[in-house]
Amino acid sequence: MAVMTYREALNDALREEMQRDPDVFLMGEEVAQYDGAYKVSKGLLAEFGDRRVVDSPISELGFGGLCVGAAMAGLRPVVEFMTFNFAFLAIDQVINSAAKMLYMSDGQFPIPIVFRGPTGAALQLSAQHSQACETYYAHAPGVKLVTPATPADAKGLLKAAIRDNDPVAFMEGELLYNFKGEVPDDDDFVIPLGVAELKREGGDVSIITHGKMVHVALQAANKLAKDGIDADVLDLRSIRPLDVDAILRTVKKTNRAVYVEEGWAFVGVGAQIVATIQEEAFDHLDAPVVRVTQADVPMPYAKNLEIMAKPSADRVVDACNKVLYR
Amino acid sequence: MAQTRTRKGKGGKAGSPKGGPFDVHGVSPELALELLREMLKYRRFEEKAEEAYAIGKIGGFCHLHIGQEGAAAGCIKPLSDSDYVITAYRDHTQAMAKGVSPNAVMAELFGRAEGVSGGKGGSMHMFDKSVRFMGGHGIVGGQVPLATGIAFRIKYHDENDVVVCFMGDAAVNQGGFHEALNMAAIWELPAIFVVENNRYGMGTAFRRVSLTDMVEKSSPYGIPASRVNGQDVLATYAHFRDLVAEVRGGGGPRFVDVETYRFRGHSMSDPVSGTYRSKEEVERETHEEDPIAILRDHLFAGGHLDQKGLEEMDTEARETAQEAFELADASPMPGPEALYAHVWAEINPNGRLCFDGRGESPWR
Repeated sequence: MAVMTYREALNDALREEMQRDPDVFLMGEEVAQYDGAYKVSKGLLAEFGDRRVVDSPISELGFGGLCVGAAMAGLRPVVEFMTFNFAFLAIDQVINSAAKMLYMSDGQFPIPIVFRGPTGAALQLSAQHSQACETYYAHAPGVKLVTPATPADAKGLLKAAIRDNDPVAFMEGELLYNFKGEVPDDDDFVIPLGVAELKREGGDVSIITHGKMVHVALQAANKLAKDGIDADVLDLRSIRPLDVDAILRTVKKTNRAVYVEEGWAFVGVGAQIVATIQEEAFDHLDAPVVRVTQADVPMPYAKNLEIMAKPSADRVVDACNKVLYR
Repeated sequence: MAQTRTRKGKGGKAGSPKGGPFDVHGVSPELALELLREMLKYRRFEEKAEEAYAIGKIGGFCHLHIGQEGAAAGCIKPLSDSDYVITAYRDHTQAMAKGVSPNAVMAELFGRAEGVSGGKGGSMHMFDKSVRFMGGHGIVGGQVPLATGIAFRIKYHDENDVVVCFMGDAAVNQGGFHEALNMAAIWELPAIFVVENNRYGMGTAFRRVSLTDMVEKSSPYGIPASRVNGQDVLATYAHFRDLVAEVRGGGGPRFVDVETYRFRGHSMSDPVSGTYRSKEEVERETHEEDPIAILRDHLFAGGHLDQKGLEEMDTEARETAQEAFELADASPMPGPEALYAHVWAEINPNGRLCFDGRGESPWR
């Protein structure tokens, strides 16, 4: 095991997959000469050259679509969006081209592509730079959605995403890039998509979440533990494919569930999780499932308001108490 | 107000054998006859589709290429099998020009299992990987970045192919067009961007939505542009023969304004003329600028074709269309298993991908 940052883990994954398959290339804004806006692609230009590590103009729709076309013709592009906030400009190509090409062509054109970049809020970046974009991508059949929370997951899941034959939206966290953790040394360390991880075991309540919110959920679980409440914390790791079995397992064990996500509640990822739980584990529930989400407002700039808008460990604790009728 | 404009080539009456169009364009009479045969095939096919639509055999949107056959035949004929073609939703003729059989195109229009896209794409989404026909795409301009990506692949692997990307005149006002042309230019990609300029984006005249001329649209990106009369298939063929050679030789991308005219409505649900173009304009263009009639007259004038030969050719085209109709009509509907097929290229062993309560869940 090596200890490395989430950023370094992503960099390792990219390097190893580019070494493994000459058809894998990276394109995006500032990925080459600048070494990446968040330094995820550091050193890759030097190692692989400018054919495979390509600085694009600021043209999200254009280079997003270009990479879908390259995938139609057999390459395996990794598209870096500086953040998913900017990828709204490209979402037509993600949904109308990448997600549907295989189906429209009756199986002739798979699109093995990864769209990656940070999602969610950082610190005081305000409304247009602080939004969780998972829902937009999870909504459409044909796109897989992966949300690593730790350096090990960042590496293992990115390698799986690059090897997957479908379009994968791979959503990172800007505040996670410096987060350190242990990562197996194995060059072939791949975490299959669709396998959730129980980050913490407890029998009283299930906190289910994904991405950066895993850390908020764990903080909340520690607070609850001081109060004698033992929580399961389940990190979904991917939203599509979704590890429904793991969700049902924890819900059937604790009979009480809270979903935590960084995005808005309305038609959010949690809405799907709650629907799945009530469809498939209704009789096991002792309380309605409660969601902790961003306030239903655009992200404000002021520090105090931003804190109020984001999910916090305290709000997760409150939600757990609510489903425990405490 | 009907729009008037000058065309480079004069159709219809031109064509004296000496120094005539065949010599001017370096096209042999044999090749010209082949181009005529193909355009007739496309025309009769589209007329048959029109008929099938009218009796409810074809549903949804159906955009006919009637009047624009010269663009498909002239631009695609110079390509080799390994070159790529991609286009928008008016795609039946381009698909056939790249080598898709009329039967597979008609079956697709009928939504049948033997359609080129298994009946799941329909009129706007013909795809045939085996002949590198990279699709009909339904969002205006959406295919332009895709084409640039295909060209990127060609260069990535140091291959010798080119990609021809068709679009309608309205596509040049989409942001993706500009972003894609810019990238094709800076990376010197082997793409030919072709505007089939039929003067109207649906019902909006191009001159109402652009102050600059079509041929100027690629100049901000440093891509050489040219214009050709798409109703003169010999001129179009010759122009593309030269362009393809330039691009294949590493000359970087090109932009071409192929002037043409749509003889029918934007789609089958639209009138041929109406509030945006006059009946007189459509009649004039149909009579004076029909690419098939223009080439026919050249061949007559040069003594390479007579009425009997033309009729034989036309009979053959009608038979091809009729056969496509009959085979499509006899082709089975896609089976129910097709509904969930090919949503995913890879069903991951773990986790659930389908959430409608039918596809994969216990409630199936």
